[in-house]
Amino acid sequence: MTDTAAGADRRVGWYHQMWTIRLFEEKVQELFMGGLIQGTTHLCQGQEAVSVGAIAAMTKGDVQTNTYRGHGEALALGMTPETGFAELMGRATGGSKGVGGSMHFIDTSLGNIGANAIVGAGLPIAVGAALSFKLQGKPFGALTFFGDGATNIGTFHEALNMAAVWKTPVVFIIVNNLYGEYSPQMTTTSTVDLARRADPHGMPGIIVDGQDVDEVNKVVSEALERARAGGGPSLLEMKTYRYRGHSRTDPAKYRAPGELDRWKERDPITILGAKLAAEGILSTEQQQAAQAQVQADIDAAAERAATAPTLSLEETRQYVYAD
Amino acid sequence: MSTLTEPAPADDAAPVAVELTYREAINAALEDEMAADPAVVLLGEDVNADGGVFKTNIGLPEKFPGRVLPTPICENGFMGVALGMSITGMRPVVEIMFADFLPTAGDAIINQLPKYRYMSGGQFTVPVTVRISSGGGAGFGTQHSATAESWFMAQPGMRIVTASSPQSAYELLRAAIRNNDPVLFYEHKVLYTRKGPVERGTISDVGTARVVREGTDLTIVATLLMVERALAAAEALAADGISAEVIDLRWIRPLDHATVEASVRKTGRLVIAEEQWHEGGWGATIISKLAQTRIPWKASPSAVSLPHDLLIPYSPPLEAEMLPSADRIAAAARTAVGR
Repeated sequence: MTDTAAGADRRVGWYHQMWTIRLFEEKVQELFMGGLIQGTTHLCQGQEAVSVGAIAAMTKGDVQTNTYRGHGEALALGMTPETGFAELMGRATGGSKGVGGSMHFIDTSLGNIGANAIVGAGLPIAVGAALSFKLQGKPFGALTFFGDGATNIGTFHEALNMAAVWKTPVVFIIVNNLYGEYSPQMTTTSTVDLARRADPHGMPGIIVDGQDVDEVNKVVSEALERARAGGGPSLLEMKTYRYRGHSRTDPAKYRAPGELDRWKERDPITILGAKLAAEGILSTEQQQAAQAQVQADIDAAAERAATAPTLSLEETRQYVYAD
Repeated sequence: MSTLTEPAPADDAAPVAVELTYREAINAALEDEMAADPAVVLLGEDVNADGGVFKTNIGLPEKFPGRVLPTPICENGFMGVALGMSITGMRPVVEIMFADFLPTAGDAIINQLPKYRYMSGGQFTVPVTVRISSGGGAGFGTQHSATAESWFMAQPGMRIVTASSPQSAYELLRAAIRNNDPVLFYEHKVLYTRKGPVERGTISDVGTARVVREGTDLTIVATLLMVERALAAAEALAADGISAEVIDLRWIRPLDHATVEASVRKTGRLVIAEEQWHEGGWGATIISKLAQTRIPWKASPSAVSLPHDLLIPYSPPLEAEMLPSADRIAAAARTAVGR
C-alpha cells in the first residue's frame, strides 16, 4: 500500500470514528430523555475532530488524560460504544465496571489513564506519567485534554511550569469550546488566544483549527514527536465548539443568536467528508452508507449494553484498596 | 535509566540493631526502600538541598542520582504528578514540608489519590507515600504547627500512619512505601532529634497499634509527640501507685479499634492524649466506637487535647501551654482513677 493509500485509509477511519462519537453522544442524549441513564453527562458533539485527530497522533505506549467531557477521546482510543453505554448505564461490563459513570471512561490498556471530574486535575497526572517515561528511559509521551475554563485554575499553570522545567514529554491540549461551563470565555478569562499562556512557560503555544481533523492530527503529531524526542512540552489551543450545553440540564441560553448555526457551517464531520469526496477517497453515497452503518451499530450497542448485570455494592469494595 | 522499572529484589537481610535519631531512621528507611526498589523516587520542595528542610534526606541524592527530585512550590500540582507517576510504574514518596500545606493539595488528597482506583473499576494501583512534617512545639507559629493527623481520616481509599519513635518511623515508613495504596505518613518535627534503638531491616505490618507500656488502672491512647508525653505521665503516675497502659495508635486509618478496646476492657478507664482539637479527630472516633460497645466503664472516658477554640500561638510559653503536657495527661488520669 502506498503512503497516500495508507493515509486515505486512515482518514476514512477518522471519518467513521467522528460519526461514532457524534451518534454515540446523540444516543446518550436520547437515553437520558428515556430515563435509561441517570445523573449528568457532558456531551462533545462538534468537538469530534479534536478527539480523533489528537488521539490518532498517539502510538503504542503513549497515554492521555482527559475530562468529564471525555467520551470522544475514549471512543477514539478504541473503547467500544457498547462498553461506553454499559458504563453510562452503571453495568458491570462498563469500562470502569459501572462504578465510574459518564465522567470516568477509563481504559488503561488503551492508554486512557484518566478521565477527571475535577477541572484541571488531569494535567499534573499527565505530567507525572510523562516524568515516569523520562525517568524510565521509555520513548513514550502523554497528551492531556482540558477545556478553556481549566486554563484559569492553578494546576494548569503548575503543570505547565513543571513540564517546562523538567522537559517532560507531554502535550497540553486546550479544547477551547468558548465556554467554561455556562460562562463565555471573555467573561472569565484575561487572554483571548489561550495558546499565548504558553509564552511565560517558554514552550510553543499553537492555535489550531479544531474543526479540521487533518490539521489537528498534523499539529499534535509534531508536538508529540518533539516531546518524545526530548524537545519538551507544547501547548496547543484547539478552537472548537460544543453543540450542546455544558451538561444535561443546560439549554445553553447564554449563546448569542446564530452562533450555533455559524459553527455548524464548519462542522468537523462535514469538513472531512467534503475533502474525502473531493479527493475521490469516499463518495457522498459511501459517506451516507457509513453514517447509516454507524447508526445501526450504535443502536445495537446500546441495546446489548442494557442487558448486562450490575455489580453489588459489596463487590465494588475490592476497588477501594489494592492491598 | 531503564533499570528503574526492574522488580525489587527480595529483602531477606536479617535486621540489624543500630542507634539512630528519628530523622536518621527516616533517612535509613528511605535509603533501604530506594535500594530495594528502583521505582522508588523522592520528590518535594527542596528535597535535594542540603538534606531537605528537616535534614531527613542527607546523602540520598548522591546515593540515588536522578531519584531525588526537587519540585516547584505547588503542592496540588506535584501531588498530581506523583499520582501520574504511580500509575505508570513508579513508587513516589512525596515530601510535604509542613502539614499545614496539605490543604493546598486538597484536591489531590481528597479527590484524586484515594478515589483514582475506585472510579476506574480497579484498573489502577496508586502506591504514593506522602511524608508530612507535622506538629507544634517548635516555635513555628499558627500556620506551621498543625499535626493535621485527622484532617483526612474519614476518607476511604487513604491509609494514614503516624510515627512516634525512631523504630516506628523506620518500620512504618518502609511499610508505607511498600503499600500499594496512597499513604499519608506523619512525622513530628519535635521528634527529629530523638535518639533510640532501631532494628534496621524490619518492616511494620499495616493497621496495628502498639501497647508501649502495660498497665492495669487506665488506658492512655496517643500518637506522635504525645506518645512520649503519655509515657512520661505513666512514669509519674507509677510513682503514685497508678498503673497506666499506654497505646501508640500508629495507624489512624485503618484504626486498630481491637487493640484499644481490649485494653479498655481490662482497665475500664480511657484518656485520649492528642495534639489536635478533639472535634472530628481520631480520639473522638475512638470514644464514639467504644460508646457503641458494651464496656464495663469505671470512669467516663476523657481527652487531653488542644484547648477548645484557641489557635496555636508563636510565643513559646503560650505554645507550651497550648500543647498537651505530661502533667495534663497525668492529671486527667488521676481524675479518671479518682486520686
